[in-house]
Amino acid sequence: MEFSDYTAHALIEMLDRRDISAVELTKSVFDRIAEVEPDVHAYVTLTEELALAEAAAVDKRRAAGEALGPLAGLPVAVKDNMATKGVLTTCSSRILNNFIPVYNGTAVQKLYDAGIVMTGKTNLDEFAMGSSTETSYFGPTHNPWNIDTVPGGSSGGSAAAVAAGEAVMAVGSDTGGSIRQPASLCGVVGLKPTYGLVSRYGLFAFASSLDQIGPITKDVTDTALLLNVIAGHDERDSTSVPTDIPDYTKALTGDIKGLRVGVVKELMGEGIDVDIKAAVEASVRLLGGLGAEISEVSLPHSEYALSAYYLIAPAEASSNLARYDGVRFGHRTQDEVADMVEMYMKTRAEGFGDEVKRRIMLGTYALSAGYYDAYYGQAQKVRTLIARDFAAAFNQVDIIVSPTSPSVAFKMGAKVADPLQMYLSDVCTIPVNLAGLPGISVPCGLSGGLPIGLQMIGRAFDESTLLRTAHAFELAFGWHEKPNL
Amino acid sequence: MAYEIVIGLEIHVELNTRSKMFCGCPVTFGEVPNTAVCPVCLGHPGVLPVVNAQAVEAAALIGLSLNCAIAPNNEFARKNYFYPDMPKDYQISQFDLPIAIGGYLDVGDRGQTRRIGITRVHMEEDTGKLIHKGATGRIHGADRSVVDFNRAGVPLMEIVSEPDMRTATEARAFLVKLRSILLALGVSNCNMEEGSLRCDANVSLREFGDTELGVKTEVKNMNSFKALQRALEYEVERQTSLLTHGERVIQETRHWDDAGGATTSMRSKEEAHDYRYFPDPDLVAIVMDPAEVERLRAGLPELPDARAERLGREFGLSDDDAKILALNKPLGDFLEETVAGGAAAGKAANWLLHELAAELNRTDTEIEDAAFTPRHLIDLLQLIDAGTISGKMAKEIFKTSFATGRLPAAIVKETGNVQITDTDALGKIVDEVLAANPQAIEDLKNGQERAIGFLVGQIMRLTQGKASPDAVNKLIRAKLR
Amino acid sequence: MTVISKKDVEHVALLARLALTDEEKETFTGQLAQILEHAGKIQALDTTAVPPTSHVASLTNVLRPDEIRPCLTSEEALSNAPKQEDGGFAVPKIV
Repeated sequence: MEFSDYTAHALIEMLDRRDISAVELTKSVFDRIAEVEPDVHAYVTLTEELALAEAAAVDKRRAAGEALGPLAGLPVAVKDNMATKGVLTTCSSRILNNFIPVYNGTAVQKLYDAGIVMTGKTNLDEFAMGSSTETSYFGPTHNPWNIDTVPGGSSGGSAAAVAAGEAVMAVGSDTGGSIRQPASLCGVVGLKPTYGLVSRYGLFAFASSLDQIGPITKDVTDTALLLNVIAGHDERDSTSVPTDIPDYTKALTGDIKGLRVGVVKELMGEGIDVDIKAAVEASVRLLGGLGAEISEVSLPHSEYALSAYYLIAPAEASSNLARYDGVRFGHRTQDEVADMVEMYMKTRAEGFGDEVKRRIMLGTYALSAGYYDAYYGQAQKVRTLIARDFAAAFNQVDIIVSPTSPSVAFKMGAKVADPLQMYLSDVCTIPVNLAGLPGISVPCGLSGGLPIGLQMIGRAFDESTLLRTAHAFELAFGWHEKPNL
Repeated sequence: MAYEIVIGLEIHVELNTRSKMFCGCPVTFGEVPNTAVCPVCLGHPGVLPVVNAQAVEAAALIGLSLNCAIAPNNEFARKNYFYPDMPKDYQISQFDLPIAIGGYLDVGDRGQTRRIGITRVHMEEDTGKLIHKGATGRIHGADRSVVDFNRAGVPLMEIVSEPDMRTATEARAFLVKLRSILLALGVSNCNMEEGSLRCDANVSLREFGDTELGVKTEVKNMNSFKALQRALEYEVERQTSLLTHGERVIQETRHWDDAGGATTSMRSKEEAHDYRYFPDPDLVAIVMDPAEVERLRAGLPELPDARAERLGREFGLSDDDAKILALNKPLGDFLEETVAGGAAAGKAANWLLHELAAELNRTDTEIEDAAFTPRHLIDLLQLIDAGTISGKMAKEIFKTSFATGRLPAAIVKETGNVQITDTDALGKIVDEVLAANPQAIEDLKNGQERAIGFLVGQIMRLTQGKASPDAVNKLIRAKLR
Repeated sequence: MTVISKKDVEHVALLARLALTDEEKETFTGQLAQILEHAGKIQALDTTAVPPTSHVASLTNVLRPDEIRPCLTSEEALSNAPKQEDGGFAVPKIV
């Protein structure tokens, strides 16, 4: 077993005991990267030199007996849609293929302050718009479990990196399932925190009212460790909620006796693979065996969630992505242009890929005069209905479960030509973003050698209960599968 | 055919807060380009706006001073359009939920006071500045432009009037009054040349009695009160001419060229505007607590109408003088400071509105920048009251004082230029003049009163203007009695 | 529901400042029509009494004190500029 296969909490103990140095660990991860990256392509940018310098600094501080951050010396990968000062940040888009941020995002800064060693910036669907990491300008990421399949998306690079041992932990972002769905497809743990728990400052916005940064890790304990670091109020983000942040690792008691768990009726029917349905049903029985009270809950408006999402998210995106205009940063067309309008149009046509263009077009249309009420306005109302559905369900239960993804990893290229089919990949995760709730995906089985994820959803800002449940499940289920790369 | 003129104004005011609307960059003017900027106001990827509390308070104060209702719940929206001076290619503004709505302003113009409706006051952010490169230095004819984002994100308040104004002079009076209120609130420098106060006008004509509005044009780029009036007069004449010749007014934006004295169409190939407003998901609603609104209302400073009334009452000034002083805050402040220093209000006001105003105008100086301060005026009035100098001498001393900043007493002391009031010294001169002018004495005795003017003039000539005209007058009459 | 036409696509592309080839216009017209048809499902819901949700965070009055924070230097501000001139961001002629 290589160091890169250990969990973060195991490595923290080893580092503490000085069984291993941060430099050794970092080198081990980069050795692993050198070995598998040609097949996986999890990263857009590797920062090996910086990482080794950081690791050496951590070792030096440890040797000097200085206080160290909770994640000191751990190699962590960062999704390439978070601002890292001085390090290329592309959003996997041609339009930012030369962009070097002049500041660190809040989550990134908190990770640095906690002592992480950043391995690099991970690949994503361009501007986080996708469910397969195939729309990256820099080429697709492959699923470590089967390199002919997709790792999911949009945080496919982060999930694949963790699954393949190319990072000990990673951070991703989730707008409609972009952490949970790739975590599911790559057999790792992924948490989308409650909207407002983690600062969005420095996260290159896709859909501002839905985006949230979260951990992608090997197990639930690591997720709690990472969440401890990145959660918390930030005065730079007006939507960041001032709330006390507990030590989430303390919630991991293994005890869920009497916890009320509800299975979403509407997300266990049509469109869900048989194997996945069976794995989720088995998982629910396992939770019952641990003392949880199992029932069925209904989210009657969930069938409208996908529609609402594909109006709200593109609408916000069409505005958020306007700033990529070739004036202040990023790509600008090299063609001769007659005027400003032509410069904009050529720059953006060259800089954005098809999926991004499609969503910008869709969002622009949904907001444009004459269509606002029918599309965007109506979608915002549906959002209210979906949030009410969850509120009603949480009157009956403490945790809601469903599949994370309706299918396991699919063949690369299988859904590229059919946007709507691709969008359906997020049918189970999207309602959670619309309601702003925390959701986690934990591995719960294999189908055809590919991982299945169980989604658990908690009450807003009650990550503790959610992590406790996921952790108890993880202990009982005993997931030890690894991709054979 | 005579048409009714319909004018509505849209005023943009830059606040003089320390920091910008949504980030901590300073509000500056004239700095080196792109040095008062940060990732937020440059619209870098990943940044988020956070509202400046002081700007919200200033917006509420403006709303209250314009008799608006303060919305209990207001929110920011994005106005989407591409323009190089707009960092995010959307402007954070307010749309259907502005901070203040439904107010009014009573505006006096040519002896008539009318109530002009205020539609709304809302908060937004200013854009950067474009410097056009090329032969013309203007947007048309430039071959490229350069953007400076120092101004981007400066808090900007938009004040929209109802189309209630009926003449160009009334529109000008509205803007003068609005500016005086904003200055009284102290929320903006309101400098039209530097662009901290900007005014666009919607102008249309209709037949008297019509209730529907005619086709309007939006006139931009009026950088002074005078320019506003001239542009409106031009536009009214242009539209009148079109309509009387059976042509139609085209709805469009027109650019006022102050040097050329005309408006020109700003038509470009830009498509029809579709700003796609939607609530800004990066910001949360602002809820105005009624108690807080009442606290702000109670703390409003004295506004021009109230000040004019008080100046009239306390200082016994005429209505017209009181209004002028109230509308021009620095002038009013100057007066009050002078009176507080012991000067008589009437005399002080007279000096302010005539001598000082003329000199400020002649030298193109702002009163705040003038070297002549209330202390100077107090000093000058004391010299007059004490009879040390005559009114005529005072005017000369004032000019010197204004130009040099030296106190009138010091000038008098240095030149020794004092009025001769000593009756003995004057008596001698009077005797000499009377002896030399028997004919004038005869005329005066025959009731020709203007002869005394001749005699006084002779004495003034001999004393090089230093004799007190009053004293001389009395002496002549006493000696001839 | 209104079906999106090629002309709509052209209008939207101009609003969004995206130059599209004829082929892209055709493709997008078809795809957007399909997505909008699916998304249009929500129009079947009666939402007359439902308020819209634009924020899930139930926060209000998030304000910052009027204080100055450090700025970027002009070099930092311009460090990513595709084209600069006289300390500013250079752009092609506007009209």
